[in-house]
Amino acid sequence: MKRVLSVLTLLLMVALLASCARPTPTPTPPPPQPTEAPAETAPPTEAPTPTPVVKTVIIGFTASQTGKLNVESTRQINGLTLWMEQVNAAGGLKLADGTVVRFEARFYDDESNKDRVQELYTRLINEDKADFLISPYSSGLADAAAVIAEQYGKIMITTGAASDSTYKKGYTLVYQTYTPASRYLTGAFDLLAALDPTAKKVAIIHETDKFSTDVCTAAKAYGESKGYEIVLFEGYDSGTADFAPFINKIPAGTEAIMGGGHFADGSTFARQLYEKGVPVKFIALLVAPPEPKFAELGDAALGIVGPSQWEPQAKYNPEAAQAAGLEWYGPTVEEFVSAYKAKYNEDPSYHSAGGYAAGLILQKAIEAAGSLETEKVKAALDGMAIMTFYGDIQFDTSAEAHGLQIAHQMVYIQWQKDAAGNLVKQVVWPAEAKSAEALYPLSR
Amino acid sequence: MLAQTLASLVDGILLGFVYGLAAMGLSLIWGVMRVINLSHGAIMALGMFGTYLLFTHLGLNPYLAILLMAPASLLFGFLVYGVAVHRIINAPYLSSLLATFAVNMMVIGIGTAVFTTSLYNVDFSLGTVRAGVLALPGTRLTAALAALLITAALYLFLYRTRPGKAIRAVANNRAAAELMSIPSAQVLALSFGIGTMLAALAGGLITTFFPFTILSGSGYQSKSFVICVLGGLGNPLGALLGGLILGAMEGLIPIVLPVSWVPVVEFTLFVLILLIRPSGLLGART
Repeated sequence: MKRVLSVLTLLLMVALLASCARPTPTPTPPPPQPTEAPAETAPPTEAPTPTPVVKTVIIGFTASQTGKLNVESTRQINGLTLWMEQVNAAGGLKLADGTVVRFEARFYDDESNKDRVQELYTRLINEDKADFLISPYSSGLADAAAVIAEQYGKIMITTGAASDSTYKKGYTLVYQTYTPASRYLTGAFDLLAALDPTAKKVAIIHETDKFSTDVCTAAKAYGESKGYEIVLFEGYDSGTADFAPFINKIPAGTEAIMGGGHFADGSTFARQLYEKGVPVKFIALLVAPPEPKFAELGDAALGIVGPSQWEPQAKYNPEAAQAAGLEWYGPTVEEFVSAYKAKYNEDPSYHSAGGYAAGLILQKAIEAAGSLETEKVKAALDGMAIMTFYGDIQFDTSAEAHGLQIAHQMVYIQWQKDAAGNLVKQVVWPAEAKSAEALYPLSR
Repeated sequence: MLAQTLASLVDGILLGFVYGLAAMGLSLIWGVMRVINLSHGAIMALGMFGTYLLFTHLGLNPYLAILLMAPASLLFGFLVYGVAVHRIINAPYLSSLLATFAVNMMVIGIGTAVFTTSLYNVDFSLGTVRAGVLALPGTRLTAALAALLITAALYLFLYRTRPGKAIRAVANNRAAAELMSIPSAQVLALSFGIGTMLAALAGGLITTFFPFTILSGSGYQSKSFVICVLGGLGNPLGALLGGLILGAMEGLIPIVLPVSWVPVVEFTLFVLILLIRPSGLLGART
C-alpha cells in the first residue's frame, strides 16, 4: 500500500511539473503573401537593368489573441496586416538607392498579459531578429513592451495606447500613434469655443477611475487656461446608475457639460441628462458616444459629442494637407475603408485604423531615411510631419516627452439625424476632418 | 441650495418607491419562510430582461410587458421553490442560503451566455413633468405610482383574503397554522412565488428609467437587505417605508458628501438598526 502511495505521489509531482512548464511559443506564420508579388530571388529577365537588392524587414509585435483585449487587439492587427499586404503587393517599398524593402510579420499571442509581453518582445528581438517593433494593444501592454524596445535599441511604434506616461520615462525610440489621453477632451473646449465664444460655464462630471480622472483633470486645466469657468468638478463611482444627485448639483446657468467615463455610465448619464431636461447647450462625453450602441438611447443621444481616435467619416484628404502645409501620405480614407471592408467584411474601427497607421508611419520613416538603420529611421521619425487618412502625425522630440504624439487630434463625433430621421454619427471637429456642421445649441 | 435639496429629496423618494417594491419580495420570503433568498437580484435581472424582450421584440408597452410578466414570474417562483427550496425548508439557514445562491449563479450564468454582460436599455419615455425646480421624468413617476399600487394590493391580499391570512399565519407560527389545517407547503410556495413576482416587477419598472446588465440585480439586492432591516420583516408597508428612507438618503447624502460615501452611510445604518431595533421600524413581530 505504501509503495502504491509513493508511486502515486511521484506521478502527481511529475504531472504538476509538466503542467507548470510553459510550452515554447511557436511564431505564428506570417500571413500568406499574394502570389502575384515578385519572388525575392526572381531570375533576371533579358532586360539589361540590374536586379534590385531586395531586403526583407521583420516587423515584430504581439497580438492579444486570447484574453480580455482580444477584440480590440484583433482589429488592430487586422489593420496592420492590411498595411503589410498592400505594401508587399505593390512590390515592396522602393528606397532612393534602389533597394526594395519587403515586410514580414512575426508575432506571438501575449494572452493580454504584461509579463508575457516582455518575455515575447525579448524573444522577437533576440531570436526572430525583428528589425522594427509595433506595440501590443492597450496602454499597459505597450508600456511593458516599450521598456524592452528601448533596452535593446529597437524602434517601436505604439498604437492602441493613449497613456501619456510611457513617453515621459526618457525613452528615445518609442513613438506614439494615438492622441494621448491628456488631450482626449481638450478638443471639446476648442469646438465649443468655435461654436459659441460667449459660452463660458462648464460642468465636468466624470468617472473616478484613473483614465477618466486623468483625462478630465487635464481637460479642466486646459479649459481654465482658455478662460472657461469650471462651475462643477465631480467624480462618480464606476457602475453608477443614478445620476440624479450629480444632475441636481449642476448650477443654474451652466452652458456645457463634459466628462463621462466608459460606455455603461456615459450612456446612462446622457439619458438622465435628457430626461431631466438639463438646459445646457453642449454635452461632450468620453468613450460612450462613438460606440454604435449609443444610438439606442434615441433622442437622448441626439447632439451628444464624443471624442474618438478616428472615424470612417473623418474627411482628412490631400487638399486639407496642402492647406495645412503638410505632406499627404498613404491611402485616402475611402481607399482604406473600402480595402478594409473588402478584406474583413466589417467597417474598420479606430483600432483597425491605428494598426494600419502604425505601419504607415514606419513605412514613411524608412522611405524618408532611405535606410534601415535605426539611427537614420529615428531621425526621420523625429522630423516627421505628415497628414494621413488617420490624421496628422508628429512626435514630441523634447527630452521630457520624446515620442509623444503631438499633432494627431481626436475627432469629435456628434449624433445627428439624417433626412430620414435616423440617428447617424457625424464628425464635427477638427475642422479639416468634419463631415457635417455641429448641431448647436442642444434643444433642451 | 434649497432648490437642490428639494430636487434631490424628491428624486430620492421617487426611486425609494421602487427600492421598497424590490425589498418587499425579499422581506416576504424572509419573513414567512426564514429563507434568505440570494437569487433575488438575479430574478430582478430576469424581470429586466423579460421587459426588454417583450418591449423590443414584440413592441409591447413596457407597463403592459410588466403586467404580462407578473403571472410568468409567479410560476417561475413556484418552480424555483419546488426545485430548490422545498426540500430544505426545514434545514439550517446555510442550506437555503446555498440553494438560492445556486439558483442565482444558474440564472446569472445562463443570462451571461445569452445576453453577455453588456448594457441594455429600454428606449421608452413618458416625457418630463416640470414643477418649479423639479423635473420629474414620467417613467419615474409612473414607477413610483405602480410601486404604491402594488404595495396596496399586496397589503389587501395579506390582510383581507384567506390565502393572505394563511401566509401571515404561517409566518407567525407554522406548526400552529398546520394544526389549523392550513396547507403550509402550498402557502410557502405561494409566498415564494409572490416574492419572486415582486422582484421581477421591480426589475421591470427599473428598466423604464435605468439601463441594466444581467448583473444589475445584485446592487438592488444588497439595498433590499438594508431596507428589510430598516422596515421590519414580512411587512409590505415596512419595506416601502424602508425604501423611501433609503431613497431619500441616497438623494440627500451626496449634497454634503461624495456619492461614494452613500453605501458607507447605508451600511452603518444597517448595523445600527440591527443593534438598536432589530425588529425594524415597523416590525413589531420577531
